[in-house]
Amino acid sequence: MATILIDGRACPARTDENLLQACLEAGADLPYFCWHPELGSVGACRQCAVKQFSGPDDKTGRIVMACMTPVTDGAILSIDDPLAREFRAGVVEWLMINHPHDCPVCPEGGECHLQDMTVMTGHARRRYRFAKRTHRNQDLGPFINHEMNRCIGCYRCVRFYRDYAGGEDLAAFGAHDDLYFGRYEDGALENAFSGNLAEICPTGVFTDKPFSAVYSRKWDMRGAPSVCAHCAVGCNTIVNARQGSVRRVLNRYHDAVNRYVLCDRGRFGHGFTTMSTRPRAPTMRQDGLPVPVSIATALDRFAAMAADGPVVGIGSTRASLEANFALRALAGPARFSTGLAQPEHDLTLLVPALLRATPARNPSLHDMEAADAVLVLGEDVCVTAPRLGLALRQTLRRAAYPAADAAKVPRWMDAAVRMLGTDAPSPLLVLTPAPTDLDPIAATTHRAAPDDLARLGFAIAHRIDGTAPDAPDLSEPETRLAGSIAATLRAARRPLVVTGLHHASAALLHAAANIAAALHAAGTDPALSLVVPDGNSMGMALMGGLPLDAVRAMAREGEIGTLVVMENDLTRRLDAAALDDLLSAVPHLVVIDHIATPLAHRADLLLPATAFAESGGTLVNTEGRAQRFLPALAAELPLQESWRWLQQCAQAAGTANAPDWTDLDQVIAAMAREVPALAGAADAAPNADYRLDGRRLRSEPSRISGRTAVRANISVHDRPLPQSPDTPFSPSMEGAYATAMPGALIPFYQVPGWNSVQSLNRFQQEIGGPMRGGDAGTRLLDHDRPHDWHRDIPAPFTPAPDAFLLLPAPRLFGTEELSTLSPPIAARATPATLRLGTLPPGLQDGDTVRFTLAGERIALPIRHDPTLPPGIALCPPHMAARAFATPVRIRLHGNDTP
Amino acid sequence: MTASERPLTAMIGLPDGPPDCAAYGRAGGWQAVRRALRDMTPDAVIDLVTASKLRGRGGAGFGTGQKWSFVPKDPAATRRKYLIANADEMEPGTFKDRLLLEGNPLQLIEGMIVAGYAIQAGHGVIFLRGEYHLALDRLNQAIAEAHEVGWLGDNILGSGFGFEIHVHASGGRYICGEETALLTALEGRRAQPRSKPPFPQVGGLWGAPSVVNNVETLCNLPHIVTNGADWFRALGIGPDSGTKIYGVSGRVRRPGAWELPMGTPLREIVEHHAGGLRDGYRLRALLPGGASTAFLDAGQIDVAMEYGAVEKAGSRLGTGLAILLDDRTCPVGMLHNLEHFFAQESCGWCTPCRDGLPWVERLLQAIESGTGQPDDLDRLHDHARLLGPMGRTFCAHAPGAMAPLASGLNLFREDFEAHIRQRRCPLHATA
Amino acid sequence: MSTADPTLPPELRDRITGLARAEHRPRAAAISALTLVQDQFGWVSDPHLAETASLLGMSPADLDGIATYFNLIFRRPVGRHVIMLCDSVSCWIMGRDAVCARLQARLGIRPGETTPDGAVTLLPIVCLGHCDHAPAMLVDRTLHGDLDAETAERLADTLRTPAP
Ligand SMILES: Cc1cc2nc3c(=O)[nH]c(=O)nc-3n(C[C@H](O)[C@H](O)[C@H](O)COP(=O)(O)O)c2cc1C
Ligand code: SF4
Ligand code: FES
Repeated sequence: MATILIDGRACPARTDENLLQACLEAGADLPYFCWHPELGSVGACRQCAVKQFSGPDDKTGRIVMACMTPVTDGAILSIDDPLAREFRAGVVEWLMINHPHDCPVCPEGGECHLQDMTVMTGHARRRYRFAKRTHRNQDLGPFINHEMNRCIGCYRCVRFYRDYAGGEDLAAFGAHDDLYFGRYEDGALENAFSGNLAEICPTGVFTDKPFSAVYSRKWDMRGAPSVCAHCAVGCNTIVNARQGSVRRVLNRYHDAVNRYVLCDRGRFGHGFTTMSTRPRAPTMRQDGLPVPVSIATALDRFAAMAADGPVVGIGSTRASLEANFALRALAGPARFSTGLAQPEHDLTLLVPALLRATPARNPSLHDMEAADAVLVLGEDVCVTAPRLGLALRQTLRRAAYPAADAAKVPRWMDAAVRMLGTDAPSPLLVLTPAPTDLDPIAATTHRAAPDDLARLGFAIAHRIDGTAPDAPDLSEPETRLAGSIAATLRAARRPLVVTGLHHASAALLHAAANIAAALHAAGTDPALSLVVPDGNSMGMALMGGLPLDAVRAMAREGEIGTLVVMENDLTRRLDAAALDDLLSAVPHLVVIDHIATPLAHRADLLLPATAFAESGGTLVNTEGRAQRFLPALAAELPLQESWRWLQQCAQAAGTANAPDWTDLDQVIAAMAREVPALAGAADAAPNADYRLDGRRLRSEPSRISGRTAVRANISVHDRPLPQSPDTPFSPSMEGAYATAMPGALIPFYQVPGWNSVQSLNRFQQEIGGPMRGGDAGTRLLDHDRPHDWHRDIPAPFTPAPDAFLLLPAPRLFGTEELSTLSPPIAARATPATLRLGTLPPGLQDGDTVRFTLAGERIALPIRHDPTLPPGIALCPPHMAARAFATPVRIRLHGNDTP
Repeated sequence: MTASERPLTAMIGLPDGPPDCAAYGRAGGWQAVRRALRDMTPDAVIDLVTASKLRGRGGAGFGTGQKWSFVPKDPAATRRKYLIANADEMEPGTFKDRLLLEGNPLQLIEGMIVAGYAIQAGHGVIFLRGEYHLALDRLNQAIAEAHEVGWLGDNILGSGFGFEIHVHASGGRYICGEETALLTALEGRRAQPRSKPPFPQVGGLWGAPSVVNNVETLCNLPHIVTNGADWFRALGIGPDSGTKIYGVSGRVRRPGAWELPMGTPLREIVEHHAGGLRDGYRLRALLPGGASTAFLDAGQIDVAMEYGAVEKAGSRLGTGLAILLDDRTCPVGMLHNLEHFFAQESCGWCTPCRDGLPWVERLLQAIESGTGQPDDLDRLHDHARLLGPMGRTFCAHAPGAMAPLASGLNLFREDFEAHIRQRRCPLHATA
Repeated sequence: MSTADPTLPPELRDRITGLARAEHRPRAAAISALTLVQDQFGWVSDPHLAETASLLGMSPADLDGIATYFNLIFRRPVGRHVIMLCDSVSCWIMGRDAVCARLQARLGIRPGETTPDGAVTLLPIVCLGHCDHAPAMLVDRTLHGDLDAETAERLADTLRTPAP
């Protein structure tokens, strides 16, 4: 720790940061634009100018850019210096020369960093009297608006999009004061993280398009801390809502997880909450038709059904722990299913077991960024866990640190560090059946069938530690590859192995665990990351339950009176015949869901549930981190949380020990008692009785307006707002708010003078570090089981002459169930194709082929992809055939083209 | 003057064009490569150049030997290093490097081999202005011939030292002349300058150690190695060593460029070599060393054209090629022209330069065209004050742009006021 | 040659690939590759830019960011001849404005424009390093100095055959 003097005030500062960070951490108001905590410094905007003095006797000083000046002990600087102030006011004045001054109609208005900084510097009078330049804007697709006239040329967008996220289709064009930031031509931004531009751009050039369509000011919306459910990474989000609907999702900083960045699936996937088809009332099937009924009638009906025989509950990996636990409580642990069919069920349950038994760190995303060698084995993380793929991309940035350190260039000096790292070897080794977005930056890529990749993995482990079993009969190139990868991993200090359930292969999981264990034995500090498919797959793995296959067996035996399926569209889990078998053997089908699934249409009783934005609950991410989401909207009856429905059903049916929970915390407490593996989930966030300074937290910014005006045609009276028993939030702007609030309870970021997301700096202990009030969530998994080598080594994959091994190739947009219902995401989903490495005789690229998949006869156009290994075909899961999710062998039937 | 008194240009202006390898050798060329590669260690070459007190001719005047000494000396063979000739000459009023490039490309090549040997760089790059088509053809021809004869390639003269030269023809941007922007341009990027550290000598092209030297700087090297440091120092009249290519443009009788001893008085250059102002014109002021140097007024014409003296007079030696403002040319118009150039050539990276210079340009245009307002002068002064000192903007482009403005605002104050008062240019833009 | 062929000829593709291979990284050949394309077609059309980008392993946006940054890469069609008239300080002092005015009048275009017959494009250019012969201009690859309105006009006329 160093001490620096800021305008005479002694402030602690770290020597590995720059003066701008130090000033911000000291609570000083120093404006900036081009610097971004996650992107580092480039010194472009010149807004952070301060006066630095060489010593106590230096009265003149020198203007320096704080963001480009390292902290040195005893540094003396002045923010208040008249010349520094004048220069900063000048910078804003220059920036505003061409700005359209259109704040009243700009979606950024009220949470605009440029507005904040303009006020901060005191620039209030326009002295430039010449014409402004204007630009043509582009259509950048369904996610992002473009209004180039608002650009202040800070270069953040391209630095984020290109340098940080690896996007290729956004660039800076032109020169001098004729700059243009956009695409080469109109069209959707291709990168999976394009939505972050709305937060990265300090003004209103790039804004959230779906949000703008139902536009609100920040101060007119309620916020709640939430957790993204669209993959297993569990990025922390803020949900903004107004007038009963979700308006947008923003990033909520979590130091170890998503930090400053969300993927587009997470940011724009919330549209399913406002679907017009969403079930909004309980319905009962009468004479074959669904009829809306009251809650009481629905519950009576349930009681009658339950009297017919045992209730079996099918849970869901996309529902909260609390919802699943409530179902488990209703049906009983022996009649509760994970909602997963084999093999996914087995593999999902295997993951926590493996993590516990492998002597390796189970890393957070931030931890992964620091890996100095990464082996990706089989999993296409860029689509199964996009934010995780982005974290792996950052390992390249770190690879430049040794060169930067040697050249005495601070690590935050972004452009210089990247330049010095030009020839730094990439730490990424990507072994997957099909190309991934990481390939272009990988040191090694290798294409093979999942079994062959697993064999390679076993062989790598053996070459790191001879006591690990070797894979027999490797080919010569495979032996060499295994040897070189083993050597690379072994030479690393913090190697990381990543795999997952993408190809539903236990062998891949086992091989990865062996490699991690071998690296541990070899004296490195390895990490093992296993990617599960859904937002709460890990929670389900820890809760446990029966596979769907067991439920089918029970049904066949006539052991089910009522089947309650909660937030799980079984048409995605079981092929049509299997599902028909199951349902025909069950007298009553009850579906609880917040979306209209094909299964819901078949329900005898459909109970409308709340979506994430209207309920609280806990999800466990792939790393075993339990994280709480809280409602941004009050659930309006008859919509209820699944757990409330289930609790009421239990009561109505007179189930023995039917729970009498009245709030979420009681569910969590009961779960912690009954499922010890989930006991830690109780600590994921403070309870609803948390009070700050004796008060509830406010969920609305202090200036909220229009709460009465928006319904002035109905009534001008303020209407009492419902108070949720599940959260410590008040439903209004009444309540406490502070920068030291727990990270799990941050409903929005705002401090005086800082209305944009940049105010986050004030909520962190140090910039880029944990939250002042503690990070959200709690980790449930730590390795504590004895390790043993896995020895189940598969035989080599042999392509069959007349058949393909069809592997699921999930799509960033279009595969995950909930986000696909969101209109902007749906607009980005492209039709399914069948990708083949080798074209069967007589077939050409673009021909349509027919084949049977997951019980469905389907026809798909083929796309030739010569990079695929022979005998392998790829098709997106759930798209062509609804139940297709795990590898199968298929036979193609002829050319369908006329 | 004898050939040895003007070593840089001795072989320039031959009736048959630039010398080929053989003619260059007959006239004394290649001695330096022989001497350096056969008889001297790389460090001895650096020491010799340091002792010669050669200072960079690209404008900043940094000691060449000293610059080289920052290049890491660890096992050379395993490390890529680059020696780059800055032939991007784009400073308005400057035409010396073109003379050297077109007139005697082999001299530059020999200088680059010597410099490459000194810093143990195997790769040489000539960063050439894209508009210099003739220079491009001649350089390519000279390089090909030198390669054929064996002055370039592996193991030159059996010394074990190998050196290749490539010419990069620029896409055209003044900022590419700034050495870090030049490196960025060579990497196939938008030529934005880089922050230092790392200095190019440590982390330059592709992060590898790189030295960027001006063409004229490099052309001096063969002569220093051949004739020694003492000889070179003795060429200068004042404290600075060597000769310098000086030049004059504007309304003089004989505009041109001449190789003269470092420290030659400006008066001698203007009156003797350039023949003084044309009939009917009087000298009003001048930019001593290119567009980015501050104005000197006519009374300062006795300044010696050497780094220290010009600085003392309130300007910079810069490129050493003076632009003369006569009494029938409007100083406001001239400043408008200069600032138009600087605004257009801003790379667009940092705010004050990108958005401040166009404002300055428009203010000057308004004043020149008679729509100036009294407080426009305050705005111009603000810009000169806020952008002038180094360190406010990302690189030296804006300070360069402010040098003529700041000095011009003082020197031509009455002209400015007359423009604003009379709502027109009291002179016509050009007589 | 102001309209572009849809694809680059194979020899040109080979030369670009060769340039890219000779560099430490392919992108370093960006300017030389664009210059080659421009030498052949006069300017760099969208399809040519995209094709060049793919030969260099770059995205079109990336390469266009470079193309639009530099002065000498033309992203719009130009005439068969390009006149680049210096607009920097020495030439300005020596009367380049008068030369420009005459050229404009004679060609019937303003700087930045091309004559309707596609013969000549008139562009301003920064100092050509010919200040001792100011005003100066570059016509295609040839430098001309000591211009006045008449000599410039005569030069321009030779570029248009038949003369208007
Ligand atoms: C805006 C700007 C433009 C420059 N243009 C040139 C140039 O065209 N040629 C040149 O040799 N140096 C130019 N320089 C100076 C170079 O940055 C660098 O100092 C020089 O090439 C070093 O060579 P030297 O040490 O031999 O002088 C320029 C500097 C700046 C700030
Ligand atoms: S578009 Fe936004 S982020 Fe990009 S340079 Fe302009 S102001 Fe900065
Ligand atoms: S924030 Fe420091 S220069 Fe932009």
